[in-house]
Amino acid sequence: MFSKSKKASSYQLVSRKVPYLFISPWIIGFLVFTLGPLAFSLVMSFFDWPITNAPTFIGIDNYKNMFTADPQFYKSLWITLKFAAIFVPLNLVIALILALLITQPVKGMKFFRTIFYLPAVVSGVAISIIWGWIFNSEYGILNYILSLIGIDGPRWLIDPKWAILTIVIASAWGVGTMMLIFYTDIKGIPAEIYEAAAIDGASPLRQFISITIPSISPTILFNVITSVIAALQQLTLVLLLTGGGPLKSTYFYGLYVFNNAFKHHHLGYASANAWFMFIIILVLTMIIFKSSSTWVFYENEVKKEGKKKK
Amino acid sequence: MKLSKKHKIIIYGLLGLFSLYFLLPFVWVILSALKTQAEVFGFPPKIFPKVPQWHNFVDAWNSQPFGTYLMNSVIVTVMTTLGQLISCSLVAYGFARYDFKYKNILFVLLLATMMIPWDVTMIPLYMEFNMFGWINTLKPLIVPAFFGSAYYIFLLRQFLMNIPKDMENAARIDGANEFQIFFKIFVPIMKAPLILIAVLNILSVWNDYLGPLIFLQDQSKYTLALGLAAFKGVHTLQILPIMSITLVMIVPPVVVFLFAQKYIVEGTSGAIK
Repeated sequence: MFSKSKKASSYQLVSRKVPYLFISPWIIGFLVFTLGPLAFSLVMSFFDWPITNAPTFIGIDNYKNMFTADPQFYKSLWITLKFAAIFVPLNLVIALILALLITQPVKGMKFFRTIFYLPAVVSGVAISIIWGWIFNSEYGILNYILSLIGIDGPRWLIDPKWAILTIVIASAWGVGTMMLIFYTDIKGIPAEIYEAAAIDGASPLRQFISITIPSISPTILFNVITSVIAALQQLTLVLLLTGGGPLKSTYFYGLYVFNNAFKHHHLGYASANAWFMFIIILVLTMIIFKSSSTWVFYENEVKKEGKKKK
Repeated sequence: MKLSKKHKIIIYGLLGLFSLYFLLPFVWVILSALKTQAEVFGFPPKIFPKVPQWHNFVDAWNSQPFGTYLMNSVIVTVMTTLGQLISCSLVAYGFARYDFKYKNILFVLLLATMMIPWDVTMIPLYMEFNMFGWINTLKPLIVPAFFGSAYYIFLLRQFLMNIPKDMENAARIDGANEFQIFFKIFVPIMKAPLILIAVLNILSVWNDYLGPLIFLQDQSKYTLALGLAAFKGVHTLQILPIMSITLVMIVPPVVVFLFAQKYIVEGTSGAIK
């Protein structure tokens, strides 16, 4: 008894420092690799900061130039929003359809799950090479197949009208991650709910709308947010597949910032660009979160009911 | 729940269609890599090579210092995985198993860092690593991993939250100190989520292009992803070597995934809640 209380009190003594010891790697990393750079980037955005000469403080001129004197800023922003507007819903719908398919009670689902996820483990470099070869307007297999059924395929990567769509198609190839998130969530919905609905005569479509969608709505929210953020930051595929061309039709915002920094060496200006993107991400995330209270259904109620039944 | 025959046909039809989208590009790259120069540029395209040109792989591999690139990729992948496993397990344990001042604020901060776009930190990070003299070394790619990654910490913490408190209390009564409890009791319990984050890290680091692009300059420091992209940038029309090396680059992540599929599928559930 005595030793027990002694141990307990000595535990109280060490425990005040011990938790901080455990999390100290992250705290150090956070300061050195995240907060420090973040603050420094904000400071830089108020400077004219060429790579060779000394930086000069110019107040909000970078932001002013960005909004008033740089047409490429608006063009890149518009292209990126257009990409996100196509990519996010498309990705979401495909992921959901795939997840529904592989939760069907038929044979071979594990096999299909593996196939659908496979491209998600492949690097952006490989994806750009693979799709670049398929979309190649001279030797590409896609246009050859299209020609067999009488369609004169567009010059995918060379035609400004089609280039953005090729990037959407190549990006959507990695939809497996999102599919898997939906999949595990749909599998988690108690089967009794569907059985009860089926007894009441609800059609599969009705069950999908009234049971599946509300149950997975928090996951839909999560996937919407993460894919909006990912779409706004898309860079690797653009850099490797089109390099921003043709005629800057795929000069995404990420590429715009990247080139301003590492090609044109306007470090201060690029920092201002990047901060603007950060703010857009914050605002979009907040809007999505705010709106979520009207359409996201948190499943505490369902869970409680499900548990009672068990 | 039983499905009618009609339903089954529709489901398999859709599965088949989607499989084409996800699988055919791989098949086409494999077939292309095995052709001769004349076959690969021929019109109309032939689906199969007359004689599979296996030597294409050897030729491609020897045409550039891909061995060096591979070695660099392996070093970065192994070291970062080690770093993430050590740091993330410690940090996640701290957040999941203790109560301390500012814990909630710090944890929200940790989650918030996941929203910071890479664009914002890349310039200062470049300057910081330049100041350390780390540019054109593998250090900028490796060292940060030893300080944890928000998403992996989050995954591990979610897992650790579900383990009853009795575990460490019993061990404390037996006289174990806090780090013994961590190593002897919790590290073995964390095996599955640790494998998961190792796999996720291997995949993301092996495939990373932007990090190496910014921090590395000499060919001798290139990783495989950067080396392949650079090769493709210079030799656009050398389709055979490009396809061969692309395939070589894809093999390790695919193998890792096939072996660890179970952990990825299970680890994905409950990650969000």
